Amino acid sequence: MPLDTGFVGRVYPATVPYGVCAAKIAEFADAIGDENPAYRDKSAAQALGYSDVIAPPTFANIVTLEAAYAVVHDPALGLDWTRVVHGDQRFVYERPLQAGDEITVVVTVESIRSMAGNDLIVLRGDVDTVKGERALTSYTMLVARSAEAEAESEVQP
Amino acid sequence: MSRPDFATLEVGQVLPAQTMIITRETLVRYAGASGDFNVIHWSARHAQAVGLPDVIAHGNLTMALGARYVTTWAGDPGALVEYGVRFTKPVVVPDTDAGAQVEIVGTIVELGDENKVRVDLTVTCDGQKVLTQARAWIQLP
Repeated sequence: MPLDTGFVGRVYPATVPYGVCAAKIAEFADAIGDENPAYRDKSAAQALGYSDVIAPPTFANIVTLEAAYAVVHDPALGLDWTRVVHGDQRFVYERPLQAGDEITVVVTVESIRSMAGNDLIVLRGDVDTVKGERALTSYTMLVARSAEAEAESEVQP
Repeated sequence: MSRPDFATLEVGQVLPAQTMIITRETLVRYAGASGDFNVIHWSARHAQAVGLPDVIAHGNLTMALGARYVTTWAGDPGALVEYGVRFTKPVVVPDTDAGAQVEIVGTIVELGDENKVRVDLTVTCDGQKVLTQARAWIQLP
């Protein structure tokens, strides 16, 4: 059953503030093998014009994916989360996240459409500091595969 | 830190290719760092139960490697003003020391206003594109 397009425009409550800290940034940079000193060394970040260590661009996924899950699990929307895969991800940056930022995500259902029996839902996540400064905007496309489409793909070579 | 000089860039210019390795250890580290503990990223048993050949990498990890590639070139990670990808094929990560090899190459496809550069990434594993529509906009000084 296609998703209710009446959900387009729905805004979910802001997430609990997430404190960006230097240790978590370094852990994330290590995990992705990124040796950029701006992620670990405050003076290197300051040389680039930031006040503290900055986070790698996709660090934002920590908060935006979590916020998207809240929508995926919204019983009113009726998405079968066991059939949901992450289709696209895009970020538009105002500035990098940095140690000391307290950030929240407000998710808005940007669009819902059906294609070949699959539901495609785009969620916009506005990532702001608690002081009201926009850091970035995230666009997440989730694909809820229909049971039929899934069965078909299993018999394809 | 060296940064590309906008005036010397040309549309069609191909940036140096880089191979990045994803092992099971990388996945464990990324799971912890990102908070994404989906079982298909660390349990072959669970991955196979949903029809995957083996454990697969987090799509966002592959996306992160693309960002690492392009920000390493740009010098300042904050120069990245827009970055998006489509997750096309999973990166299968065998339980070997060699792991999975992700090949990334960037091409300059557009030189925009105010020293903005669009770099499109070709991201492959075993010759298959794992990300498509991977594009980054970078603001150069």
